[in-house]
Amino acid sequence: MAITGEIFRQNLTEFLEESLSPSSELHVLAVDDSLVDRHVIERLLKVSSCKVTVVESGRRALQYLGLDGETGSLGLDVSEFWYLVCGVVLTLVSAKVNLIMTDYSMPGMTGYELLKKIKQESSMFREIPVVIMSSENVLTRIDRCLEEGAEEFLLKPVKLSDVRRLKDFIMKGKVKEVEKKSLKRSTIVCNILTHLTSMRSVTIIALTIILKEC
Amino acid sequence: MLVLCEGQRQNMEVDQMQRQYLDYTKSLFLEKGFLDGQFLQLQQLQDENNPDFVVEVVSLFFEDSERLLNDLTFALEQKGIDFKKVDAHVHQLKGSSSSIGAQRVKNCCIAFRNFCEEQNIDACLSCLQQVKQEYCHVKNKLETLIRLEQQIVAAGGSIPVMEFSF
Repeated sequence: MAITGEIFRQNLTEFLEESLSPSSELHVLAVDDSLVDRHVIERLLKVSSCKVTVVESGRRALQYLGLDGETGSLGLDVSEFWYLVCGVVLTLVSAKVNLIMTDYSMPGMTGYELLKKIKQESSMFREIPVVIMSSENVLTRIDRCLEEGAEEFLLKPVKLSDVRRLKDFIMKGKVKEVEKKSLKRSTIVCNILTHLTSMRSVTIIALTIILKEC
Repeated sequence: MLVLCEGQRQNMEVDQMQRQYLDYTKSLFLEKGFLDGQFLQLQQLQDENNPDFVVEVVSLFFEDSERLLNDLTFALEQKGIDFKKVDAHVHQLKGSSSSIGAQRVKNCCIAFRNFCEEQNIDACLSCLQQVKQEYCHVKNKLETLIRLEQQIVAAGGSIPVMEFSF
């Protein structure tokens, strides 16, 4: 469970970099079990000047977002523990992805199930727009996804025009939001860091031990 | 006596290669339908900073397809055929062939899936043979296309942009 600590450290660094110098670059998380499609969607997004993270399953997507709630060896829900200690920071850290594009038919967790999981979150995660991609034009499927909160349903193979249109749409909504939030974030992060550095050394040692145990 | 300098000779070669490339491509698309507009899309995603994109995707397609065709062969050899599994494999093959623009392979897969639904063993076996054939054809064509592109680039030319509208 040193992994969670690592993810936290990684997330925090990334987050600090982003929030202290907010970029207007869209960060897209793409989920697809197909090797070929992953390569294509990554290129489509890069050509459209997006930052891209590509994963091969819903499980991996949730892991990346920090939503998979692993249990530590102490029988403690590790993610709960961290929320307890640095709740505000984690909630803010997780909003580093601006858009999720997921394939519908995937083994294990389908795109629809991933969509549901994200929309069920009671945090900023719910706000992340999710787009479903599918090679099958099934109306009931499309309806179901849109009802569950999908931003859009794209028919595969996804084209450059689709990605561009999507990006424009998301950017319009996001630019205003990012401006408001980044100021708020910077203030909160500074406050937390100040607080953490003034914590008693005993508490810091205790935290380190618990981290190692996990 | 016409004396051409090295540069002029090379230019002629490049021109010839480019013409050959365009003719070959036209036949692939328009005459035989091996590839469709999606392949053009992929070519448009390639640039000087990412000159190997198409080659990479095509290689992944070959890798993926060969694995799936093996899995399909295995699945259809079983005593008790699991049609759900067969369908899943065909669905994947349909997806990747569609993503690369391998139109004939994709169409084969569509027919294949219908027979899976009907649980028609003979038709499925026949489809498998067809898909394998179509895959071999398109693999051949793509390899030739890539070779022609590499020749042009090696001779200092640029790959001509195709002007078809789909």
